[in-house]
Amino acid sequence: MNFIDNPRKLRGFEKHVKVERVSRRSILKGLGVTGGFVLAAPVMSRPAFAYETGAGKMPHGVVVDPRVFVAVAPDGTVTIVAHRSEMGTGVRTSLPLIVAEEMEADWSKVKVQQAHGDEVKYGNQDTDGSRSTRHYLIPMRQIGASARTMLEQAAAKRWNVPATAVKAVNHEVVHSASGRKLGFGELAADAAKESVPSIEGLKLKDPKDFRYLGKGQVSIVDLHDITTGKARYGADVRLPGMKYAVIARPPVTGGKVTSFDPEAALKVPGVEKVMKVQGWPWPSKFQPLGGVAVIARNTGAAIKGRDALKLVWDDGANGKYDSVAYRKELEEASRKPGLVVRQEGDADAVLKTAAKVVVGEYYLPHLAHVSMEPPVAVADVKGDKAEIWAPVQSPGGTREDVAKTLGIPEGNVTVNVTLLGGGFGRKSKCDFALEAALLSKELGVPVKVQWTREDDIHHDFLHTVSVERIEAGLDKDGKVVAWRHRSVAPTIASTFAAGANHAAAFELGMGLVDMPFEIANISCENPEAAAFTRIGWFRSVSNIPRAFAVQSMVGEIANATGRDQKETLLALIGSPRIVKPNVKDLWNYGEPYDSYPIDTARLRKVVELVADKGEWGRTVPKGHGLGIAVHRSFVSYIATIVEVAVDEKGKLTVPRVDTAIDCGTYVNPERIASQIEGAAIMGLSLAKYGEISFKDGKVEQKNFDGFQVVRIDEAPLVTNVHIVPPASDTPPSGVGEPGVPPFAPALMNAIFAATGKRIRALPIGKQLEA
Amino acid sequence: MIKVKINGQEQSWDGDPDLPLLWFLRDEAGLTGTKFGCGQALCGACTVIVDKEAVRSCITSINDVAGREITTIEGLHPDGDHPVQKAWRQVNVPQCGFCQAGQIMQAAALLMDNPKPSHDQIREAMSGNICRCGCYQRIENAVHLASTGV
Repeated sequence: MNFIDNPRKLRGFEKHVKVERVSRRSILKGLGVTGGFVLAAPVMSRPAFAYETGAGKMPHGVVVDPRVFVAVAPDGTVTIVAHRSEMGTGVRTSLPLIVAEEMEADWSKVKVQQAHGDEVKYGNQDTDGSRSTRHYLIPMRQIGASARTMLEQAAAKRWNVPATAVKAVNHEVVHSASGRKLGFGELAADAAKESVPSIEGLKLKDPKDFRYLGKGQVSIVDLHDITTGKARYGADVRLPGMKYAVIARPPVTGGKVTSFDPEAALKVPGVEKVMKVQGWPWPSKFQPLGGVAVIARNTGAAIKGRDALKLVWDDGANGKYDSVAYRKELEEASRKPGLVVRQEGDADAVLKTAAKVVVGEYYLPHLAHVSMEPPVAVADVKGDKAEIWAPVQSPGGTREDVAKTLGIPEGNVTVNVTLLGGGFGRKSKCDFALEAALLSKELGVPVKVQWTREDDIHHDFLHTVSVERIEAGLDKDGKVVAWRHRSVAPTIASTFAAGANHAAAFELGMGLVDMPFEIANISCENPEAAAFTRIGWFRSVSNIPRAFAVQSMVGEIANATGRDQKETLLALIGSPRIVKPNVKDLWNYGEPYDSYPIDTARLRKVVELVADKGEWGRTVPKGHGLGIAVHRSFVSYIATIVEVAVDEKGKLTVPRVDTAIDCGTYVNPERIASQIEGAAIMGLSLAKYGEISFKDGKVEQKNFDGFQVVRIDEAPLVTNVHIVPPASDTPPSGVGEPGVPPFAPALMNAIFAATGKRIRALPIGKQLEA
Repeated sequence: MIKVKINGQEQSWDGDPDLPLLWFLRDEAGLTGTKFGCGQALCGACTVIVDKEAVRSCITSINDVAGREITTIEGLHPDGDHPVQKAWRQVNVPQCGFCQAGQIMQAAALLMDNPKPSHDQIREAMSGNICRCGCYQRIENAVHLASTGV
């Protein structure tokens, strides 16, 4: 299942295997797509871009066409299309900023327009996998450069001078020989008539002339609206005649409603109708779970009506799912050999003869996304046309799925992308938009489906649950000579295919088989694990349990050998080199390995940088401890030092966090810092509290009281972010996700330093209490 | 008929008196700046100011605020230039932004009550407001900035 590396490829994948394998791009070409260049990947041969990305292999690839992304109005206003979804990373600002930089537009005269879901027009729109900057830095520069060239050509014609004699500078084109100038607005009409230049011939700006890129001086475009309540999220869409719906879904995934009594619900003031919602059989992919909807004149009435429903459910096949029993199953599986997914040397044999074996068995429970905006969508379906307003990470996929679900042509579906009140992977799955579409179709009026927080927690596509067991064999000098890592966890593929019980390649590649240590004997195994609930992508995905296990084990080895954590870590990373794991079809976040190899020099560098800036080895007060961890994910390199304080009652606080990130060439360091600060909070949340548990097939937590997240009074007092300045032409890499994985193991190593207690099962909960 | 004053404007409601203020604001009055996050007063996304007090509108019925003055994010300042709003922009607080209306209203209420809060007081007063993106460091700094003059 190597092709399963992003949600879109999983959607209905049995049917689409062939399509994915022959590349969408050739299909597009075959269809004679007009209106732009549809590229397999950004131009590779140009020395300015000495790297290749996997952008062209995403569904619908990349479109580089200024006519699609840029419009210049006669008054000089430049409108730039943002075709990715904004969920807090700043991408709605960053990508248009790249275009503005390259076309010499003045950012204060730029308006950003959010694209509809339309991947033939815009190229891939899946905002996930920490991909936006790394896939679009080059295409956005090329789009900007094309637009600039067209403006310059128009000015040159107007003045009857060679195009080489003019230059776009800050929103105008200048002919320096004569001192003549024309504003972008004055040139707009003529520039539109110019032919789009070939990509190969484009002249790109010298990075030393950048005004915006890499500077971090530009605030997000929605800042004012966010602070004044004007920013529009999915829940904020209001249409004339719109009804409000809340749905009672089967409490057990895969269950269905047997009978329901609407009478009491219909007596609630404001409730207008109670109706069944279509559900899909388990495993249901991104399709709705079904249930019973209460339709009302406002959301409050719909919620009250739902509370009054009398429902009888058939729990189906997953009614016995129990987290306590399941953990034991995973632990037992981790103690027996499993499917070997990476093998170098003979770890089994060397472990038997090693002077010392350090064993760690690490448990991480399911996690819920709990974006602050629960899933919500508005649909207006009339006849064979549908319009959707929703906070979706996958506008193109949503469009496909709405069309398929309603049985109408994709061209008849308009998906309006609102701001997302957080996403973290949850909103890559459009089940909530499909529910709204189904209800609107049946009712013939616009419908808003609002999920409550309880709905969100009970019916999430959860982060998997896992046991990671690592055995490290040490020789008599304390050098690690054998490494066996067994990773057992239900796979995301189980949400799409019944019986999928081994990790997909993309899951193996997130911290298991790509483990970078220089050890002669390595074995990575993946025993079977069945799924009993919907498993999905959660920010950082499998990297969370893998980094937790691997980097906690580094701390355990340091302790077993009496050495410093950081020195132990660097010794394990070994010499600066390109790691070549013995893995068939190694999944590298969808990126070509030549451009994005596992480079231990960069891994070492972030360790050294964080150690330097974070003052590794500093003296800390009694009860405090320092911990360090490093992890490569989403082709970025991140190291974190956490200082923890644990008081005599076991209460934990975090006085300071330092994180160093090497994400290659970057656009907006200010937003990188905000992502990393936030990742520390998410890491601390999952470490302290993160647990979704099941009993009798049902999620036991209900709201933020049961599934807690860190609040401001327990946040780190200070989080410092140190960004590695990129070497020229270092390809851009992920930022949104990589900050999370190293946090929890750094914290566990710090707790061990402070208390001598090694925590191997998350959440910490009450484990530190005496 | 229940009468309330919202952002200086008289509004009335003759439906269910138990309707949470949140849904009256969002779905009936069209003031969508106030957000729904949990419905149980656990996250603070729905925070509004009633008279001079921060209130979770998701568990406050419209009947509970009859005859009182409600301020939502839309009415905090005519131009959006309340010191807290200005500080929020200066510090670039938001990521996704969804919780920020509630955070800003909570901070504005805090400063009405305590114009110069210490960092500990800020952390305590803001601890009912969850930010899943994790903007806490900046929230704390922005409240401090708003209290010392933007």
